[in-house]
Amino acid sequence: MVAETIVKIRELTKIYAQGEIQVTALDHITLDIAAGEFLALMGPSGSGKSTLLHIIAGVDRPTSGECLVQGVDVTKLNETQLADWRNQNVGFIFQTFNLIPVLTAAENVELPLLLTQLDRRQRRQQVEMALEVVGLGDRAKHLPRQLSGGQEQRVAIARALVTDPKLIVADEPTGNLDSHSAQEVLTALQSLRRDAGKTIIMVTHDPKAAAFGTRQIHLEKGELSA
Amino acid sequence: MALPLKYNFRNVLVRWRATLATILGIALVVAVYVLVQALAVGLEKSAGNTGDPRNVMIVRKGATAESSSQVSLAQFQTIRYWPQVAHDENGAPLISADVITLISQPRIDGRGEANVSVRGLTPLGRQLRPQVKLVAGRWFTPGQREVAVSEKMARRFTGFHVGDTFHTAGNDLTVVGEFDGGNSAFDSEVWMDADEARSLFDRENYSSLLVRVTGPTAAQELLARVESDKRLPLRAEAEVKYYGDQTATALPIRILGNFLATAMSVGAVFAAMNTMYASVGARTREIGTLRVLGFRRRSVLAGFILEGALLAAIGGVLGCLLSLPLDGYSTGTMSFNSFSETVFEFRITPWLATKGMIFSIVVGVIGSLLPALRASRLPVIAALKSV
Repeated sequence: MVAETIVKIRELTKIYAQGEIQVTALDHITLDIAAGEFLALMGPSGSGKSTLLHIIAGVDRPTSGECLVQGVDVTKLNETQLADWRNQNVGFIFQTFNLIPVLTAAENVELPLLLTQLDRRQRRQQVEMALEVVGLGDRAKHLPRQLSGGQEQRVAIARALVTDPKLIVADEPTGNLDSHSAQEVLTALQSLRRDAGKTIIMVTHDPKAAAFGTRQIHLEKGELSA
Repeated sequence: MALPLKYNFRNVLVRWRATLATILGIALVVAVYVLVQALAVGLEKSAGNTGDPRNVMIVRKGATAESSSQVSLAQFQTIRYWPQVAHDENGAPLISADVITLISQPRIDGRGEANVSVRGLTPLGRQLRPQVKLVAGRWFTPGQREVAVSEKMARRFTGFHVGDTFHTAGNDLTVVGEFDGGNSAFDSEVWMDADEARSLFDRENYSSLLVRVTGPTAAQELLARVESDKRLPLRAEAEVKYYGDQTATALPIRILGNFLATAMSVGAVFAAMNTMYASVGARTREIGTLRVLGFRRRSVLAGFILEGALLAAIGGVLGCLLSLPLDGYSTGTMSFNSFSETVFEFRITPWLATKGMIFSIVVGVIGSLLPALRASRLPVIAALKSV
């Protein structure tokens, strides 16, 4: 059976203006990502991999080209539509975890659910479930500073999957972790793909991390290489 | 959907070192605002507490205060037999002809002298002012050089305690009693016999008449009769209204209070703005994260304004608490109507505290508006990359 294409990118270009100079971050990228893939996006610094990830996730806008995610051209959505779309369709994992320091693990995980129609009881159930999936059911009431780096990133994973999005994007998710914690996080991402059928796009420098993916692609100076 | 309230509340608490100075600044502004307004409220309440709805005050036409009014003995004799005047159980008309004069008396704290109102009353004068109660000694005896002094004035001026004698108009007066005016304008007076006062201060006429009328209709009739009788160049009005109109003294205090509060609030707004800018700066990545998760610009804007308002509200509560110990504290000022010392109490009413809180929240909202706008307009990518 042929897997459905969840991300369809055509001739995507992104040009930044840095003062007088125009920098081409992405240069006519064309790419398809199938549902259920764990795609590792690799490349040196400045190759455009984070820019590509941000455009797919509806955080950044391209200069030209198309980016269809689950059939929606995210480049055509306005600011407010994009905010809603991100909340409903994408889970985010950041290198620096980006948890809100004054909120507990459970409250951090609950944040995206506050934008949904779920009532308090339903939200609590979802949060508990998400924390259980990442093995942190007993850390729900801990503040981020009371958790290790690996645990913080697992909370971030729980936050990314709590709204049950089909697509999870991760920008250098192991960049700030020791090798043991990195292993845990990558294993968790792998099981999300395998057990929950999530599509994962991960930007990484690390070939060992990339090896957890089902496919690896390289970007070099804004172009896809082999 | 707005950001959760606990997010803003905890951020204020977590950054307590950075926010403390702002909270204290706002607290100070609110305390000053509440206290100055409490002075005005106290002064107005003092005038508002004075008077009996059954009484009518009669003064000379054109006089703005009793002290500048004159009512002749003949006018007194004419009016006392009018049918609108009520009578006591012995059949005596319930009317008091009062003499108001000012004496200069040294303050107890050594800060020079001030004018004090002395009211001379005819025998029924006390009966017409039942709110005034004797609290020490006895009432003055008609025909004697004796006075009773408000206990609040006794605390502010020398020679005003029971047994003391003070010298005025070339004569010695003995204090034989102290009274409580029930937080009315009478708390600012010294009382004595009217005829003794006329003799002592060389007054041919009385200053005012206070009449107990037989009923509301009689009051209207009396007012109309005084107004229409060409022989009487007098003005009559309900005693309650007469004292209610004397609250003009509070106006300069209100203006001063509003001016002070406005000037200080500018500083407080900048303090709040500074704190909120620092907060936005320190939480740039957090704001980026919230935006990525789907929170809209307006949620971020509202969240930071709310946080500024919360910060200021804490300052407001503190300011109100700081001002509370002065509630009921007795103080005095020169009345612009009587040109004498007027004693009154700081009155911090629930409405005044509410106004103080509203004032603090307005300061917080204005102070946080620009930082909140900045937070909401941060580009998401740049915010996420912030260190």
